Amino acid sequence: MKSLGILSAGLVFAAALGTVASGDDHVDPAVMKAVKARQAQMQLYAFNLGQLGAMAKGEVDYDAGAASAAAGNLAKLTSLNGRAVWLPGSDDATLGEDVTAALPAIWEEGSEIGDKAKALSMAAAEMESAAGDGLDALRGAIGDVGKSCGGCHEDYRRSDD
Amino acid sequence: MRRLALFVIGLAVIGLGVFWTLSAPERLPADALAGIEGDAEKGARVFYAAGCASCHAAPEAEGDEKLILAGGMRFPSPFGTFIAPNISPDETHGIGDWTAQELADAMIHGTSPEGAHYYPAFPYGSYGRLATHPEGLKEIAHLHAFLQTLPPSSAPNAAHEVGFPFNIRRGLGLWKLVFANEGWVSSVPGDDAQLERGRTLVEALGHCGECHTPRNAVGAPLNGQWLAGAANPSGEGRIPGIDEMNWSARDIAYYLETGFTPDFDSAGGHMAAVIENTSQLPEEDRAAIAAYLKAVSQP
Repeated sequence: MKSLGILSAGLVFAAALGTVASGDDHVDPAVMKAVKARQAQMQLYAFNLGQLGAMAKGEVDYDAGAASAAAGNLAKLTSLNGRAVWLPGSDDATLGEDVTAALPAIWEEGSEIGDKAKALSMAAAEMESAAGDGLDALRGAIGDVGKSCGGCHEDYRRSDD
Repeated sequence: MRRLALFVIGLAVIGLGVFWTLSAPERLPADALAGIEGDAEKGARVFYAAGCASCHAAPEAEGDEKLILAGGMRFPSPFGTFIAPNISPDETHGIGDWTAQELADAMIHGTSPEGAHYYPAFPYGSYGRLATHPEGLKEIAHLHAFLQTLPPSSAPNAAHEVGFPFNIRRGLGLWKLVFANEGWVSSVPGDDAQLERGRTLVEALGHCGECHTPRNAVGAPLNGQWLAGAANPSGEGRIPGIDEMNWSARDIAYYLETGFTPDFDSAGGHMAAVIENTSQLPEEDRAAIAAYLKAVSQP
Protein backbone atom coordinates (compact mmCIF):
# COMPACT_ATOMS: atom_id res chain seq x y z
CA MET A 1 0.00 0.00 0.00
CA LYS A 2 2.81 2.29 0.93
CA SER A 3 4.63 1.51 -2.30
CA LEU A 4 1.44 2.26 -4.24
CA GLY A 5 1.34 5.66 -2.55
CA ILE A 6 4.93 6.36 -3.50
CA LEU A 7 4.26 5.13 -7.01
CA SER A 8 1.26 7.42 -7.49
CA ALA A 9 3.13 10.38 -5.98
CA GLY A 10 5.92 9.63 -8.43
CA LEU A 11 3.50 9.45 -11.32
CA VAL A 12 1.90 12.76 -10.36
CA PHE A 13 5.36 14.34 -10.16
CA ALA A 14 6.35 12.89 -13.54
CA ALA A 15 3.12 14.10 -15.09
CA ALA A 16 3.65 17.58 -13.69
CA LEU A 17 7.22 17.59 -14.97
CA GLY A 18 6.01 16.40 -18.37
CA THR A 19 3.51 19.25 -18.57
CA VAL A 20 6.10 21.83 -17.67
CA ALA A 21 8.58 20.42 -20.14
CA SER A 22 6.16 20.22 -23.07
CA GLY A 23 6.85 23.74 -24.38
CA ASP A 24 3.27 25.05 -24.49
CA ASP A 25 3.63 25.68 -20.82
CA HIS A 26 0.09 26.33 -19.74
CA VAL A 27 -1.82 24.35 -22.33
CA ASP A 28 -2.52 20.61 -22.29
CA PRO A 29 -0.63 19.23 -25.33
CA ALA A 30 -3.69 17.34 -26.57
CA VAL A 31 -5.76 20.53 -26.50
CA MET A 32 -2.93 22.41 -28.19
CA LYS A 33 -2.89 19.87 -31.02
CA ALA A 34 -6.61 20.36 -31.53
CA VAL A 35 -6.21 24.16 -31.60
CA LYS A 36 -3.36 23.93 -34.12
CA ALA A 37 -5.34 21.52 -36.30
CA ARG A 38 -8.35 23.81 -36.52
CA GLN A 39 -6.13 26.80 -37.22
CA ALA A 40 -4.52 24.85 -40.03
CA GLN A 41 -7.96 24.02 -41.36
CA MET A 42 -8.79 27.75 -41.39
CA GLN A 43 -5.55 28.41 -43.28
CA LEU A 44 -6.60 25.90 -45.90
CA TYR A 45 -9.94 27.70 -46.20
CA ALA A 46 -8.07 30.96 -46.73
CA PHE A 47 -5.66 29.43 -49.25
CA ASN A 48 -8.43 28.01 -51.41
CA LEU A 49 -10.55 31.14 -51.06
CA GLY A 50 -7.50 33.11 -52.12
CA GLN A 51 -7.36 31.19 -55.42
CA LEU A 52 -11.02 31.96 -56.06
CA GLY A 53 -10.91 35.51 -54.74
CA ALA A 54 -8.02 36.45 -57.02
CA MET A 55 -10.27 35.56 -59.97
CA ALA A 56 -13.32 37.27 -58.47
CA LYS A 57 -11.29 40.42 -57.86
CA GLY A 58 -9.87 40.35 -61.38
CA GLU A 59 -6.27 39.87 -60.25
CA VAL A 60 -5.87 36.67 -62.28
CA ASP A 61 -7.83 35.44 -65.29
CA TYR A 62 -10.80 33.23 -64.62
CA ASP A 63 -10.01 29.53 -65.12
CA ALA A 64 -12.98 27.18 -64.79
CA GLY A 65 -10.81 24.16 -63.93
CA ALA A 66 -8.81 25.92 -61.22
CA ALA A 67 -11.95 27.52 -59.80
CA SER A 68 -13.76 24.18 -59.60
CA ALA A 69 -10.76 22.55 -57.96
CA ALA A 70 -10.41 25.22 -55.27
CA ALA A 71 -14.16 25.37 -54.63
CA GLY A 72 -14.23 21.56 -54.40
CA ASN A 73 -11.46 21.65 -51.82
CA LEU A 74 -13.32 24.24 -49.77
CA ALA A 75 -16.53 22.21 -49.91
CA LYS A 76 -14.67 19.20 -48.54
CA LEU A 77 -12.79 21.18 -45.91
CA THR A 78 -15.95 22.83 -44.62
CA SER A 79 -17.72 19.50 -44.25
CA LEU A 80 -15.08 17.90 -42.02
CA ASN A 81 -16.43 16.73 -38.70
CA GLY A 82 -15.20 19.31 -36.20
CA ARG A 83 -15.90 17.38 -33.03
CA ALA A 84 -12.31 16.59 -32.12
CA VAL A 85 -10.77 19.96 -32.95
CA TRP A 86 -13.39 22.10 -31.20
CA LEU A 87 -12.87 20.63 -27.75
CA PRO A 88 -14.89 22.14 -24.91
CA GLY A 89 -12.57 24.31 -22.82
CA SER A 90 -10.37 25.29 -25.78
CA ASP A 91 -11.51 28.93 -25.75
CA ASP A 92 -9.47 32.10 -25.37
CA ALA A 93 -10.54 32.69 -21.77
CA THR A 94 -9.24 29.27 -20.74
CA LEU A 95 -6.14 28.97 -22.94
CA GLY A 96 -5.16 32.62 -23.27
CA GLU A 97 -5.53 35.16 -26.06
CA ASP A 98 -2.15 34.30 -27.52
CA VAL A 99 -3.25 30.72 -28.13
CA THR A 100 -6.70 31.08 -29.67
CA ALA A 101 -9.31 33.67 -30.61
CA ALA A 102 -12.19 31.21 -30.15
CA LEU A 103 -14.70 32.75 -27.75
CA PRO A 104 -16.33 30.73 -24.93
CA ALA A 105 -19.72 31.56 -26.55
CA ILE A 106 -19.04 28.73 -29.02
CA TRP A 107 -19.66 26.17 -26.30
CA GLU A 108 -22.20 28.06 -24.23
CA GLU A 109 -25.89 27.26 -23.86
CA GLY A 110 -27.82 28.58 -26.83
CA SER A 111 -24.76 28.64 -29.12
CA GLU A 112 -25.70 28.58 -32.78
CA ILE A 113 -22.32 27.37 -33.87
CA GLY A 114 -23.72 24.16 -35.40
CA ASP A 115 -26.15 26.07 -37.63
CA LYS A 116 -23.43 28.50 -38.62
CA ALA A 117 -21.07 25.68 -39.59
CA LYS A 118 -23.86 24.08 -41.62
CA ALA A 119 -24.51 27.39 -43.39
CA LEU A 120 -20.84 27.58 -44.34
CA SER A 121 -20.67 24.06 -45.76
CA MET A 122 -23.90 24.67 -47.70
CA ALA A 123 -22.56 27.91 -49.16
CA ALA A 124 -19.32 26.13 -50.05
CA ALA A 125 -21.23 23.28 -51.72
CA GLU A 126 -23.16 25.81 -53.79
CA MET A 127 -19.94 27.50 -54.79
CA GLU A 128 -18.52 24.14 -55.83
CA SER A 129 -21.35 23.71 -58.31
CA ALA A 130 -21.20 27.35 -59.48
CA ALA A 131 -17.45 27.88 -59.71
CA GLY A 132 -17.09 26.27 -63.15
CA ASP A 133 -20.00 28.24 -64.66
CA GLY A 134 -18.17 31.47 -65.35
CA LEU A 135 -16.87 34.45 -63.45
CA ASP A 136 -20.24 35.97 -62.57
CA ALA A 137 -21.49 32.71 -61.07
CA LEU A 138 -18.30 32.47 -59.01
CA ARG A 139 -18.58 36.08 -57.85
CA GLY A 140 -22.12 35.53 -56.62
CA ALA A 141 -21.29 32.31 -54.83
CA ILE A 142 -18.16 33.60 -53.09
CA GLY A 143 -20.21 36.48 -51.69
CA ASP A 144 -22.48 34.01 -49.90
CA VAL A 145 -19.48 32.11 -48.57
CA GLY A 146 -18.07 35.39 -47.24
CA LYS A 147 -21.37 36.09 -45.52
CA SER A 148 -21.27 32.75 -43.74
CA CYS A 149 -17.66 33.33 -42.63
CA GLY A 150 -18.73 36.65 -41.14
CA GLY A 151 -21.78 34.98 -39.57
CA CYS A 152 -19.50 32.95 -37.35
CA HIS A 153 -16.71 35.45 -36.80
CA GLU A 154 -19.15 38.15 -35.70
CA ASP A 155 -20.18 36.29 -32.56
CA TYR A 156 -17.64 33.56 -31.97
CA ARG A 157 -14.18 34.92 -32.70
CA ARG A 158 -12.44 37.62 -30.69
CA SER A 159 -12.26 40.45 -33.18
CA ASP A 160 -9.31 42.46 -31.91
CA ASP A 161 -5.77 41.35 -32.63
CA MET B 1 -24.35 88.44 5.26
CA ARG B 2 -27.81 88.58 3.79
CA ARG B 3 -26.50 90.61 0.86
CA LEU B 4 -23.82 88.00 0.21
CA ALA B 5 -26.43 85.24 0.22
CA LEU B 6 -28.57 87.17 -2.24
CA PHE B 7 -25.50 87.75 -4.41
CA VAL B 8 -24.68 84.02 -4.46
CA ILE B 9 -28.26 83.10 -5.27
CA GLY B 10 -28.29 85.72 -8.01
CA LEU B 11 -25.10 84.29 -9.52
CA ALA B 12 -26.53 80.78 -9.40
CA VAL B 13 -29.70 81.94 -11.18
CA ILE B 14 -27.63 83.66 -13.87
CA GLY B 15 -25.44 80.56 -14.16
CA LEU B 16 -28.47 78.33 -14.56
CA GLY B 17 -29.88 80.71 -17.14
CA VAL B 18 -26.65 80.62 -19.13
CA PHE B 19 -26.50 76.83 -18.84
CA TRP B 20 -30.12 76.54 -19.92
CA THR B 21 -29.58 78.81 -22.93
CA LEU B 22 -26.32 77.19 -24.06
CA SER B 23 -27.60 73.66 -23.59
CA ALA B 24 -30.84 74.19 -25.53
CA PRO B 25 -31.52 71.50 -28.16
CA GLU B 26 -31.14 72.70 -31.72
CA ARG B 27 -33.53 72.06 -34.56
CA LEU B 28 -33.56 72.68 -38.29
CA PRO B 29 -35.50 75.68 -39.61
CA ALA B 30 -39.21 74.82 -39.95
CA ASP B 31 -39.09 74.93 -43.75
CA ALA B 32 -35.82 72.98 -44.09
CA LEU B 33 -37.49 70.06 -45.87
CA ALA B 34 -40.07 72.10 -47.78
CA GLY B 35 -40.59 70.74 -51.27
CA ILE B 36 -38.53 67.58 -50.60
CA GLU B 37 -40.35 64.33 -51.36
CA GLY B 38 -38.90 61.14 -49.88
CA ASP B 39 -38.41 58.17 -52.23
CA ALA B 40 -38.37 54.81 -50.43
CA GLU B 41 -36.41 53.10 -53.18
CA LYS B 42 -33.59 55.61 -52.94
CA GLY B 43 -33.94 55.38 -49.16
CA ALA B 44 -32.84 51.73 -49.17
CA ARG B 45 -29.39 52.82 -50.33
CA VAL B 46 -29.23 55.43 -47.55
CA PHE B 47 -30.37 52.81 -45.04
CA TYR B 48 -27.51 50.44 -45.92
CA ALA B 49 -24.98 53.26 -46.14
CA ALA B 50 -26.01 54.55 -42.70
CA GLY B 51 -25.98 51.06 -41.15
CA CYS B 52 -29.20 51.57 -39.15
CA ALA B 53 -29.90 47.86 -38.73
CA SER B 54 -26.47 47.07 -37.27
CA CYS B 55 -27.51 48.78 -34.04
CA HIS B 56 -31.31 48.97 -34.15
CA ALA B 57 -32.19 45.39 -35.15
CA ALA B 58 -33.02 43.04 -32.28
CA PRO B 59 -29.86 41.54 -30.73
CA GLU B 60 -30.28 38.02 -32.17
CA ALA B 61 -31.81 39.01 -35.50
CA GLU B 62 -30.61 37.14 -38.59
CA GLY B 63 -31.25 37.74 -42.28
CA ASP B 64 -34.57 39.48 -42.98
CA GLU B 65 -35.24 39.85 -39.25
CA LYS B 66 -32.65 42.60 -39.37
CA LEU B 67 -35.25 44.76 -41.10
CA ILE B 68 -37.33 44.75 -37.91
CA LEU B 69 -35.73 47.67 -36.11
CA ALA B 70 -37.04 46.68 -32.67
CA GLY B 71 -33.99 47.93 -30.74
CA GLY B 72 -32.64 46.28 -27.61
CA MET B 73 -28.97 45.89 -28.55
CA ARG B 74 -26.68 46.91 -25.68
CA PHE B 75 -23.65 49.18 -26.09
CA PRO B 76 -21.36 49.27 -23.06
CA SER B 77 -19.13 52.34 -22.80
CA PRO B 78 -17.06 54.14 -20.16
CA PHE B 79 -20.14 56.29 -19.44
CA GLY B 80 -22.63 53.48 -18.97
CA THR B 81 -24.58 51.09 -21.18
CA PHE B 82 -26.72 52.49 -23.96
CA ILE B 83 -29.61 50.44 -25.26
CA ALA B 84 -30.68 50.97 -28.85
CA PRO B 85 -34.30 52.14 -29.13
CA ASN B 86 -37.07 50.83 -31.35
CA ILE B 87 -37.03 52.79 -34.63
CA SER B 88 -39.50 50.55 -36.45
CA PRO B 89 -42.59 52.28 -37.92
CA ASP B 90 -44.73 51.29 -34.90
CA GLU B 91 -46.55 54.48 -33.88
CA THR B 92 -46.41 53.85 -30.14
CA HIS B 93 -43.03 52.24 -29.52
CA GLY B 94 -41.18 53.11 -32.70
CA ILE B 95 -40.95 56.21 -34.86
CA GLY B 96 -43.99 55.59 -37.08
CA ASP B 97 -45.46 58.96 -36.18
CA TRP B 98 -42.30 60.93 -36.96
CA THR B 99 -42.13 63.34 -39.85
CA ALA B 100 -39.11 63.46 -42.15
CA GLN B 101 -38.23 66.75 -40.48
CA GLU B 102 -38.19 65.09 -37.06
CA LEU B 103 -35.90 62.35 -38.38
CA ALA B 104 -33.64 65.07 -39.79
CA ASP B 105 -33.56 66.89 -36.42
CA ALA B 106 -32.60 63.60 -34.77
CA MET B 107 -29.88 62.70 -37.26
CA ILE B 108 -28.40 66.17 -37.68
CA HIS B 109 -28.82 67.80 -34.28
CA GLY B 110 -29.39 64.79 -32.02
CA THR B 111 -32.68 66.33 -30.93
CA SER B 112 -35.79 64.24 -30.28
CA PRO B 113 -39.28 65.33 -31.40
CA GLU B 114 -39.97 66.20 -27.75
CA GLY B 115 -36.92 68.44 -27.69
CA ALA B 116 -34.58 66.22 -25.65
CA HIS B 117 -30.92 65.59 -26.42
CA TYR B 118 -29.90 62.16 -27.66
CA TYR B 119 -26.71 60.61 -26.37
CA PRO B 120 -23.93 60.59 -28.96
CA ALA B 121 -23.98 56.78 -28.99
CA PHE B 122 -26.42 57.67 -31.77
CA PRO B 123 -23.89 58.98 -34.29
CA TYR B 124 -25.45 62.37 -35.08
CA GLY B 125 -21.96 63.83 -34.84
CA SER B 126 -21.31 62.01 -38.14
CA TYR B 127 -24.79 62.15 -39.70
CA GLY B 128 -24.88 65.87 -38.86
CA ARG B 129 -22.37 66.53 -41.65
CA LEU B 130 -25.25 65.92 -44.06
CA ALA B 131 -26.57 69.36 -43.09
CA THR B 132 -23.91 71.01 -45.22
CA HIS B 133 -24.29 68.59 -48.15
CA PRO B 134 -26.50 69.80 -51.00
CA GLU B 135 -28.27 66.43 -51.14
CA GLY B 136 -28.08 65.74 -47.40
CA LEU B 137 -31.64 66.55 -46.37
CA LYS B 138 -32.97 64.71 -49.43
CA GLU B 139 -31.05 61.62 -48.33
CA ILE B 140 -32.74 61.81 -44.93
CA ALA B 141 -36.17 62.25 -46.52
CA HIS B 142 -35.53 59.16 -48.67
CA LEU B 143 -34.44 57.23 -45.59
CA HIS B 144 -37.59 58.35 -43.78
CA ALA B 145 -39.71 57.02 -46.64
CA PHE B 146 -37.83 53.71 -46.62
CA LEU B 147 -38.09 53.24 -42.84
CA GLN B 148 -41.88 53.57 -43.15
CA THR B 149 -41.95 50.50 -45.40
CA LEU B 150 -40.30 48.22 -42.83
CA PRO B 151 -42.26 45.91 -40.50
CA PRO B 152 -43.38 47.50 -37.20
CA SER B 153 -42.38 46.09 -33.83
CA SER B 154 -44.21 46.71 -30.56
CA ALA B 155 -41.09 46.06 -28.45
CA PRO B 156 -40.97 48.69 -25.68
CA ASN B 157 -37.85 50.84 -25.29
CA ALA B 158 -35.50 50.19 -22.40
CA ALA B 159 -33.91 53.06 -20.46
CA HIS B 160 -30.17 53.59 -20.88
CA GLU B 161 -28.12 52.41 -17.91
CA VAL B 162 -26.17 55.60 -17.39
CA GLY B 163 -25.15 57.00 -14.00
CA PHE B 164 -24.75 60.55 -12.67
CA PRO B 165 -23.77 63.03 -14.09
CA PHE B 166 -24.23 61.54 -17.55
CA ASN B 167 -27.89 60.85 -16.86
CA ILE B 168 -28.65 64.58 -17.03
CA ARG B 169 -29.50 64.87 -20.69
CA ARG B 170 -29.59 68.65 -20.67
CA GLY B 171 -25.85 68.62 -20.04
CA LEU B 172 -25.40 67.00 -23.44
CA GLY B 173 -26.26 70.38 -24.92
CA LEU B 174 -22.90 71.70 -23.73
CA TRP B 175 -21.14 68.59 -25.06
CA LYS B 176 -22.75 69.17 -28.45
CA LEU B 177 -21.87 72.86 -28.35
CA VAL B 178 -18.21 72.02 -27.97
CA PHE B 179 -17.87 68.82 -30.01
CA ALA B 180 -20.69 68.23 -32.47
CA ASN B 181 -21.23 69.64 -35.96
CA GLU B 182 -17.58 70.23 -36.66
CA GLY B 183 -18.09 69.89 -40.39
CA TRP B 184 -16.13 67.69 -42.78
CA VAL B 185 -12.83 66.30 -41.57
CA SER B 186 -11.12 66.12 -44.95
CA SER B 187 -11.34 68.44 -47.89
CA VAL B 188 -11.82 66.89 -51.31
CA PRO B 189 -11.47 68.58 -54.72
CA GLY B 190 -14.86 70.02 -55.64
CA ASP B 191 -14.82 68.45 -59.10
CA ASP B 192 -14.06 64.91 -57.95
CA ALA B 193 -17.50 63.32 -57.65
CA GLN B 194 -16.12 59.95 -56.53
CA LEU B 195 -14.07 61.38 -53.65
CA GLU B 196 -16.97 63.59 -52.66
CA ARG B 197 -19.30 60.58 -52.56
CA GLY B 198 -16.68 58.62 -50.64
CA ARG B 199 -16.40 61.38 -48.08
CA THR B 200 -20.18 61.48 -47.61
CA LEU B 201 -20.23 57.72 -47.13
CA VAL B 202 -17.26 57.53 -44.74
CA GLU B 203 -17.55 60.76 -42.74
CA ALA B 204 -21.33 61.13 -42.59
CA LEU B 205 -23.56 58.16 -43.44
CA GLY B 206 -21.18 55.27 -42.73
CA HIS B 207 -20.04 57.00 -39.51
CA CYS B 208 -16.73 55.07 -39.74
CA GLY B 209 -14.98 57.55 -37.46
CA GLU B 210 -17.27 56.66 -34.55
CA CYS B 211 -15.21 53.51 -34.00
CA HIS B 212 -12.01 54.01 -36.01
CA THR B 213 -11.13 57.46 -34.61
CA PRO B 214 -9.96 57.75 -30.99
CA ARG B 215 -11.94 59.77 -28.45
CA ASN B 216 -10.99 62.10 -25.63
CA ALA B 217 -11.87 61.64 -21.96
CA VAL B 218 -15.42 62.88 -22.46
CA GLY B 219 -16.02 60.71 -25.48
CA ALA B 220 -15.58 63.29 -28.23
CA PRO B 221 -13.74 62.16 -31.38
CA LEU B 222 -10.17 63.41 -31.84
CA ASN B 223 -10.49 64.24 -35.50
CA GLY B 224 -6.83 65.21 -35.69
CA GLN B 225 -6.26 61.45 -35.51
CA TRP B 226 -8.92 60.69 -38.10
CA LEU B 227 -9.39 56.91 -38.62
CA ALA B 228 -6.11 56.24 -36.82
CA GLY B 229 -7.54 53.36 -34.79
CA ALA B 230 -8.99 53.45 -31.30
CA ALA B 231 -9.75 51.57 -28.14
CA ASN B 232 -12.90 49.49 -28.38
CA PRO B 233 -15.58 51.42 -26.44
CA SER B 234 -17.09 48.12 -25.35
CA GLY B 235 -14.01 47.25 -23.33
CA GLU B 236 -11.07 45.10 -24.33
CA GLY B 237 -9.25 45.25 -27.58
CA ARG B 238 -8.55 47.82 -30.22
CA ILE B 239 -10.23 48.88 -33.42
CA PRO B 240 -7.61 49.10 -36.16
CA GLY B 241 -6.48 52.24 -37.96
CA ILE B 242 -7.12 52.42 -41.69
CA ASP B 243 -3.58 53.48 -42.65
CA GLU B 244 -1.86 50.67 -40.82
CA MET B 245 -3.46 48.09 -43.09
CA ASN B 246 -2.13 49.62 -46.28
CA TRP B 247 -4.55 47.82 -48.58
CA SER B 248 -5.12 48.72 -52.22
CA ALA B 249 -8.37 50.43 -53.22
CA ARG B 250 -9.48 47.17 -54.83
CA ASP B 251 -8.74 45.25 -51.61
CA ILE B 252 -10.82 47.71 -49.61
CA ALA B 253 -13.76 47.57 -52.02
CA TYR B 254 -13.64 43.78 -52.10
CA TYR B 255 -13.51 43.61 -48.29
CA LEU B 256 -16.61 45.81 -48.11
CA GLU B 257 -18.34 43.53 -50.62
CA THR B 258 -17.47 40.11 -49.18
CA GLY B 259 -15.77 40.57 -45.81
CA PHE B 260 -12.58 38.96 -47.13
CA THR B 261 -9.28 40.62 -46.25
CA PRO B 262 -6.43 40.48 -48.79
CA ASP B 263 -5.23 37.32 -46.95
CA PHE B 264 -8.70 35.82 -47.16
CA ASP B 265 -9.31 36.00 -43.50
CA SER B 266 -12.77 37.37 -42.89
CA ALA B 267 -14.26 40.29 -40.98
CA GLY B 268 -15.37 39.59 -37.43
CA GLY B 269 -16.99 41.37 -34.52
CA HIS B 270 -19.03 44.45 -35.29
CA MET B 271 -17.27 44.84 -38.65
CA ALA B 272 -19.08 41.71 -39.86
CA ALA B 273 -22.32 43.63 -39.31
CA VAL B 274 -20.89 46.58 -41.22
CA ILE B 275 -20.06 44.30 -44.16
CA GLU B 276 -23.67 43.08 -44.18
CA ASN B 277 -24.60 46.66 -45.03
CA THR B 278 -21.79 47.58 -47.38
CA SER B 279 -22.34 44.37 -49.36
CA GLN B 280 -25.82 45.75 -50.19
CA LEU B 281 -24.48 49.01 -51.61
CA PRO B 282 -23.92 49.54 -55.33
CA GLU B 283 -20.39 48.73 -56.45
CA GLU B 284 -19.71 52.40 -57.21
CA ASP B 285 -20.31 53.29 -53.56
CA ARG B 286 -17.76 50.74 -52.33
CA ALA B 287 -15.31 52.04 -54.90
CA ALA B 288 -15.96 55.60 -53.68
CA ILE B 289 -15.30 54.60 -50.06
CA ALA B 290 -12.06 52.93 -51.13
CA ALA B 291 -10.97 55.94 -53.19
CA TYR B 292 -11.65 58.31 -50.29
CA LEU B 293 -9.79 56.10 -47.79
CA LYS B 294 -6.77 55.88 -50.09
CA ALA B 295 -6.85 59.65 -50.59
CA VAL B 296 -6.94 60.49 -46.88
CA SER B 297 -4.37 57.89 -45.91
CA GLN B 298 -1.71 59.27 -48.23
CA PRO B 299 0.98 61.13 -46.31
